[in-house]
Amino acid sequence: MIEALRQKKYLQFILLVIFFLILCVVITPSEGNWFWRLPPLIKELPLIINNGVDYVMFDWWLIDVWDPDIEEYEEKPLMNQFTRSASGVVLFMIEFVREIFLGGVKTIVTFTGWDWATENEWARWPALPWTVVAGGAAILGYALKGPRLALFVGFTFVYIAVFGQWEPSMETLSFVLIAAPMSVLLGLLLGIWAFRNKYVEMVLNPILNVMQIMPHFSYLVPVVVFFGIGDHAGAIATVIFATPPMVRLTILGLKKLSPEIAEAGLMSGCNNRQLLFKVLIPTARRDILIGVNQVIMSCLAMVVIASLIGAKGLGNNLLIALNQLRIGLALELGVCIVLIAIMLDRLSLAWADKQVDYFADLSFVERHKFSLMFGVVFIVGVLLALIGSLVFKEGFNYLYLIPHNKGITTQDFWQAGVDWVWDTFFYALKSFNEWFIVEVLVPVKSAYLAMPVAATFVLAMGIGYIVGGARVGLAVGGFLLFIALTEWWDRALITAYLMTLSVLISTFIGVVMGTLCAQNPVTTRIMLTICDTFQTFPSFIYLIPVMMLFGVTDTSVLIAIVVYATVPATRYTIQGLLSVPPQLHEAGSMSGVNRVQRYLAIELPMAFPHMALGINQTVVFALSMVIIGALIGTDDLGQLILKSLSDKDGVGNGLVLGLCVAFIGLAIDQVLRTWANQRKQALGLA
Amino acid sequence: MSSQAVDSTADEPVIRCESVYMIFGDNAHSMLQQANGVVDAAKFHEAGCIVGVNNASFEVYEGELLIIMGLSGSGKSTLMRCISRLNEATAGKIYIEGEDILAMNDKQLIELRRNKMGMVFQSFALLPHKTVLENIAFPLQVKGVSTQESMQRAKEMVDLVSLTGRENYFPRQLSGGQQQRVGIARSLAIEPDIWFLDEPFSALDPLIRKEMQDEFLRLQDVLGKTILFVTHDFDEALRLADRIAIMKDGIIEQLDTPANIVLNPATEYVRKFTEEVPREKVLKIKSVMDAFDPGEDFSDFDVQQDAIIETVAEAVLNAGKAVRVVDAAGETVGALHASHIVHVLFGGHTDHAAEKTS
Repeated sequence: MIEALRQKKYLQFILLVIFFLILCVVITPSEGNWFWRLPPLIKELPLIINNGVDYVMFDWWLIDVWDPDIEEYEEKPLMNQFTRSASGVVLFMIEFVREIFLGGVKTIVTFTGWDWATENEWARWPALPWTVVAGGAAILGYALKGPRLALFVGFTFVYIAVFGQWEPSMETLSFVLIAAPMSVLLGLLLGIWAFRNKYVEMVLNPILNVMQIMPHFSYLVPVVVFFGIGDHAGAIATVIFATPPMVRLTILGLKKLSPEIAEAGLMSGCNNRQLLFKVLIPTARRDILIGVNQVIMSCLAMVVIASLIGAKGLGNNLLIALNQLRIGLALELGVCIVLIAIMLDRLSLAWADKQVDYFADLSFVERHKFSLMFGVVFIVGVLLALIGSLVFKEGFNYLYLIPHNKGITTQDFWQAGVDWVWDTFFYALKSFNEWFIVEVLVPVKSAYLAMPVAATFVLAMGIGYIVGGARVGLAVGGFLLFIALTEWWDRALITAYLMTLSVLISTFIGVVMGTLCAQNPVTTRIMLTICDTFQTFPSFIYLIPVMMLFGVTDTSVLIAIVVYATVPATRYTIQGLLSVPPQLHEAGSMSGVNRVQRYLAIELPMAFPHMALGINQTVVFALSMVIIGALIGTDDLGQLILKSLSDKDGVGNGLVLGLCVAFIGLAIDQVLRTWANQRKQALGLA
Repeated sequence: MSSQAVDSTADEPVIRCESVYMIFGDNAHSMLQQANGVVDAAKFHEAGCIVGVNNASFEVYEGELLIIMGLSGSGKSTLMRCISRLNEATAGKIYIEGEDILAMNDKQLIELRRNKMGMVFQSFALLPHKTVLENIAFPLQVKGVSTQESMQRAKEMVDLVSLTGRENYFPRQLSGGQQQRVGIARSLAIEPDIWFLDEPFSALDPLIRKEMQDEFLRLQDVLGKTILFVTHDFDEALRLADRIAIMKDGIIEQLDTPANIVLNPATEYVRKFTEEVPREKVLKIKSVMDAFDPGEDFSDFDVQQDAIIETVAEAVLNAGKAVRVVDAAGETVGALHASHIVHVLFGGHTDHAAEKTS
């Protein structure tokens, strides 16, 4: 019996579940019972963090600063001065790019002062006509890839202009164009540093792990405290969020290089700097540029969230539209964001694939082909704008800048569509919604909340122990203990309930869909393209259509999560199945398996490690979406994080809540990753 | 190939190694000090150290082609990397043209590599983002040569390795053999005095490998570099080398000319390699010729002393008389008798077999 238990993991699992159920029944729910709920021993942690931040911001290391207003030196804390100047620099850069697109006076003010600018009204930076921006971007697309990309880029800008979203779109674009390079640079530097110094890597690794799972919201509060509110704060929060994958991919790319490349560089007589910048980084270019691509995607994913702390642009408008339930407007804004995301994605990938050719001799025109083309576009655009100013005497010059919300719009059409859907399917939707909430969501939620803390620990640590031994079991226990000792255990259970439920559904759909599509090369390609496209959509986009159908309920959140999180499950299933070597298929066929047998006996076990990593990604995606679900009203950790934005003790609360979410993710990550690695080793794939 | 370089008594060898040790592991230095010069690989392994090179001493002279031969893990590449200082030798002295390179600082080392060394790698190690021309010009550009001049020079190298017309290809667009030609051209771009080749042809198909070996011999004929060449292929070593160093577990088992290694293997390990070698394909006429006796009756043709036996055996055995042996300048240096050839080629084997059975 004991021997059988040691050998067979499923027996261990069954025993664990029985033990878990017994604990659930035996332990009585009561305030003082530690087996029911642990006391919030680290309740004070947020407060300590707040005090620490306050101290650093306002009392630590006072320096004398010249104050021009009172013409005296004044004592000011160093940190405050530092963050203030950092904010100033970032804000200036954003404004500068913004004024190239939209025109304005702030850049000139920075150098001359308000007084001078008010006196000299001519000193305004003129906006580029939208035709010039669109044409220039299309030329860029042409230079990087070819006519098809040029066409798409051009279409994006025309769409934005025609639908009257020019201003917010350019605001968003200027914000991304500053945040993304900052993030790339920071990520590159940290990645190189970690590559060169293993201690740095050792320190950086766990921090990156936590940061990649921390919900976006958690960064907002500390950023607000340190940097205030506005575009620069949004940009800084975005940079913090977008940098970890860049660091990861930089380290990965540099580590993957064969040592002979470095040796070849050294034997060519490179010094350290030449080795790094001329040999190692260019050779690792592919991975690093995938990092750049990820940064751009992260930046756009942050557009709406950054608007919570004052970033202007599409995100802000979208948030307002969502709050006012103006689905049609939200849809148009969403399309703008998606188009910009896809455009930047394609442009950065084209840049990655672009090979620099060594031209021996070219004529002046050939060498400056693209600059000349831009010159022509510029002149034509300006002329058109001038003609426009004559034609459109009254009101708006549509050939110069199409003012906000003065373009054509299809809002009414969509609104009518939504109304029609409501009118037609009202009862069907409503009854499904009610049934789903009453019969599925509420019971599951209550079941989660009825778990005694001791039982949860036994279950989670037990799974960790069975899968990965004592080390994993203890790690999982450690993560949970942190959450259990805060005062938010119940909220965490609600987050866990939404997350697990949607992960189960997503995994099921993803594995089934992936398996079916992988049977045939055409469907495989179609599915992978769909996955690619869906992955470029910022996560909150998914909230728009589900809200349309199910209103502000948990059902909406759940469906949005499922749609969003099914993407990695599907993708990894397909990739896992494709990675099964064809010789194995042949070996199977010669052994006389039929299709189902082949799938169950050969493909599934071989693809499993890959699929486990897909499920891991699904968990991460689901978790981030659960938190974003707070925007349409949930009652889990996410909602509290959202609230901490407007709270005076927000920093501590926000960070500790963020850590709670991150730790849920890390606990699951530990188990799944160990499991996948064990299977990999057992199959000899590692 | 210039075998006379082996005999030359140039005062200073180009490369000189004295008791070089390379031991990997955290406490390598202290272990080595305690060992007092006698390194037992097994004992070091227990202590978590891996012995890469164990007491290597040898010289390479100007224009000589020394091949370091050994199976994987024998320390052959490690030894080469100690001499190019890609690895830091744990102990010992390495002199390049009389200069102690282990004592050089980074700047001197970079200068040395920029002006005197070139290296070819097994996996080619080309820069994927640069074209053929840019790859070859890379060592020059790193050195600070102007773009125009370095491209000019790179173009010459492209012609030298017969890649003309592919200047603007990227490495991924080339076959393995072509990529290695680029690697060779890159290593030669700065006109190095010392040429390191680390298993340059191991990653290539057998036919291409043969072609590249011929190409390599042609180049060496023109350039006459001092060469350190690493391979695990004994046939390749016999075919190309002036001298061969055979390594096992970090120790140089034997260092000698190909002929001497085949005729007189120093250890049982070396003998295993030489057993299967068809001697007529390896030995030169020189190694089977007798002293010249003017009174003898000679056939009406001569053979070169550097000719491989196989290439002239049929003619000599059919001649029915002794054959005159001449050197490169045409001077008579010895005489060749069919009986001697037969004895060397086939006699040794029977002796050896008899020893075994007795």
